[in-house]
Amino acid sequence: MYVAVKGGETAIAHSLDLLADKRRGDRGVAEVSLDQIDQQLGLAVDRVMTEGSCYDRALAALAIKQARGDLVEAIFLLRAYRTTLPRFGASEPLDTSRMVAERRISSTFKDVPGGQVLGPTYDYTHRLLDFSLAAAGERPEASTAPCDVTAALPRVGDILEREGMLEPAPAADAAEAQDLTRQPVVFPTTRPVRLQNLARGDEGFLLALGYSTQRGYGNNHPFVGEIRFGAVPVSFVPEELGFAIEIAEIDVTECDMVNQFAGSHDVPPQFTRGYGLAFGHAERKAMAMALVDRALRAEELSEVATSPAQDEEFVLAHSDNVEASGFVQHLKLPHYVDFQSELVVVRALRAEVEARNRQATLCQAAE
Amino acid sequence: MSSALGTHDIAAGFVDPPHESQRVFRGVLEAFAHPGRIVTVADAPAAPGLLCRATAAFLLTLADRDTPLWLAPEFDSPEVCDFVRFHTGAPIVGGRAEAAFAVLAHDQLLPFDTFSIGTDTYPDRSATLVIEVPALGAGPALIWRGPGIDGQASVAVAGLSHVFWLDWAANHSLFPCGVDVVFAAGSQLVALPRGIAVES
Amino acid sequence: MPDIPVQDAAYNYAYLDEQTKRMIRRAILKAVAVPGYQVPFGGREMPLPYGWGTGGIQVTAAIIGRDDTLKVIDQGADDTTNAVSIRRFFARVADVATTTRTEEASVIQTRHRVPETPLKEGQILVFQVPIPEPLRMLEPRETETRTLHALSEYGVMQVSLYESIARHGRIAKTYNYPVMVNERYIMSPSPIPKFDNPKLDRSPALQLYGAGREKRIYAVPPYTPVKSLDFDDHPFEIETWSECCALCGSRESFLDEMIVDDTGKRLFLCSDTDWCQERQGVLPEEPPK
Repeated sequence: MYVAVKGGETAIAHSLDLLADKRRGDRGVAEVSLDQIDQQLGLAVDRVMTEGSCYDRALAALAIKQARGDLVEAIFLLRAYRTTLPRFGASEPLDTSRMVAERRISSTFKDVPGGQVLGPTYDYTHRLLDFSLAAAGERPEASTAPCDVTAALPRVGDILEREGMLEPAPAADAAEAQDLTRQPVVFPTTRPVRLQNLARGDEGFLLALGYSTQRGYGNNHPFVGEIRFGAVPVSFVPEELGFAIEIAEIDVTECDMVNQFAGSHDVPPQFTRGYGLAFGHAERKAMAMALVDRALRAEELSEVATSPAQDEEFVLAHSDNVEASGFVQHLKLPHYVDFQSELVVVRALRAEVEARNRQATLCQAAE
Repeated sequence: MSSALGTHDIAAGFVDPPHESQRVFRGVLEAFAHPGRIVTVADAPAAPGLLCRATAAFLLTLADRDTPLWLAPEFDSPEVCDFVRFHTGAPIVGGRAEAAFAVLAHDQLLPFDTFSIGTDTYPDRSATLVIEVPALGAGPALIWRGPGIDGQASVAVAGLSHVFWLDWAANHSLFPCGVDVVFAAGSQLVALPRGIAVES
Repeated sequence: MPDIPVQDAAYNYAYLDEQTKRMIRRAILKAVAVPGYQVPFGGREMPLPYGWGTGGIQVTAAIIGRDDTLKVIDQGADDTTNAVSIRRFFARVADVATTTRTEEASVIQTRHRVPETPLKEGQILVFQVPIPEPLRMLEPRETETRTLHALSEYGVMQVSLYESIARHGRIAKTYNYPVMVNERYIMSPSPIPKFDNPKLDRSPALQLYGAGREKRIYAVPPYTPVKSLDFDDHPFEIETWSECCALCGSRESFLDEMIVDDTGKRLFLCSDTDWCQERQGVLPEEPPK
């Protein structure tokens, strides 16, 4: 019985033991190392870092190992660790035009300054199982072209913006953005808070919502202005120095989605932006985020919001897989007190109905 | 308002913050849960300037970088400001409207004026005022009624004028908006949340 | 067998950092000042899943100290798995004495029940709350429900209860039965059976409610009126059983029903294990640490 009348503590201890045993699996098979997870399951690490809101490949790999590959569970583990970390301050905003891009494409122009860089992508693979991977054996390293890491890589959006075709990027706000992991979200919210929520949001949920906008539920005519993936420096201004120093370099995927906009009575027709950013290499996530970001700007752009993806409360309140997973799975907890209350009332209601029916039968018989 | 940290010594804060602030908080919580009840603050450290020990302990326990603090002129001394800044990091503000916490004296005119009372949708966004009084359990006793009080309580707070209680009645009438008050004297506290009606 | 937990040096006392505790403590004081109103707070990610008591745990962590004696119950029982898990968590991170005896506890964290033993002044009852908004199932939007509370516009709730009467001849709501606190705010008492609602009214104990996923804290101070919503011609009433507890013979406590064989034979037992043991004169099997 899972609600042991006695001995719940022992049962839990045994359950934890069994879980640890399952995690390790057959002892005859070599144990997977964190380095192996980091290097060979890197995209899983990227997703856990993004939705776990914590850029640390080793911790993310550890979480994946501990969670036996369940990425939502790994995200939860990383989040619960992150929440205990002290905050030293906020970094300067990332400047993605300083990215050393491994991949960079635009679908709005045939060529762009800096060029189209395919980089490593599944896009042109034929999805045929590669049975050579099932066998051991090394493959030679891929050749790479030399690249000028000092050259800035201008964003396609900035080029369009100079022409007035694309709305300007929002001005950098001097005030520190609200941290939604420290302060509760209050509706209606602001775009910085929404973007934080979407960055942490479940990839599958955002993908489905972004997809829904393409199927008529809040269509916003998207084009991929640009997707880029690569390393960007992170700068921080220590209080005692008063100027920025570079403290790290992180891999990010950025998506600038360009959307048609008919204009309103104040603004002439132009293109608008939807923005997506994820840690590591995560194009699906960044694109879905950009679609949903743009959809959620409906009110700001005086569009009529009619679809789920345009509904801020609906999207932000349900995007977090740690919240969702916990609340769905809490149904496994005992609810027998509430169920007992329901049994009492349903029995009473049924008894009343039966009594009424009996009464009716008796009356008919008497007639 | 004082300038940067002065050269004088800063009064000591808690020696063991997690445990001392927990005990002080439970005292404050008891006071809020039982308006009118005199609660002695267990771990009140030495108090800087004109602050009493209970006020100092209250600020050490509840104030921090997220809670702007307004000090009435008599408390706005370098000793107090340095103590608050050093131990809590709370920004000391000149405008009452910005304050989450405030420290006032018992004879302050218009004590509740322009402090945040919260909004109908967010009544929690209101200021909490610590009002230092000469003594608790002394002076004219008034009848308090409201949540936390079993029927009614007879509560004496020294040093408050008739006008203070008229102002309080106006604050109470704003419920669920309104400021909350903590009276402090020595190492003792009495809470007067906005929901309490006082017969004056 | 599980070892005796010791406080974990890697974490702050009671797990939460001091800044987080201050934020929660400020929210608790505002909640006490405005009984029944839901104060938003910056709920943290806890090492237990959302929906499994993270709100109650954060409230308990913000108030608990070494002088406290903690009792944790789920479904009224001290030995249900989640209650055991939460009690072990606090014994580990807060170095606190635990008990199963209601009258010995200074802080009681609960899911789905209020103890049968009447609570005393000075005790704090911490409820784990899944959905703090009593109007949520009638109006899913936070912006709307917040306005309804601000205006005391509770017609939707009255209509919903009236529809239940029209359909079933009675108010068929059995748990999470809405209450009016201090004649101002409609409040969700958390999913306790309505059997427990009368215990909330003018209780000498302080009631704190924590909803972690929804990031809300609310409170009912001692001696505060808590009225279960009803109509003059359909007054509020609680569940009754024709059976009595098979262990202690109680006829006045909330009874759980157990199916004991394949033919569906049933046995009724007190949901409050401490109360039942007390009546049987049985000492608790797990002595408090």
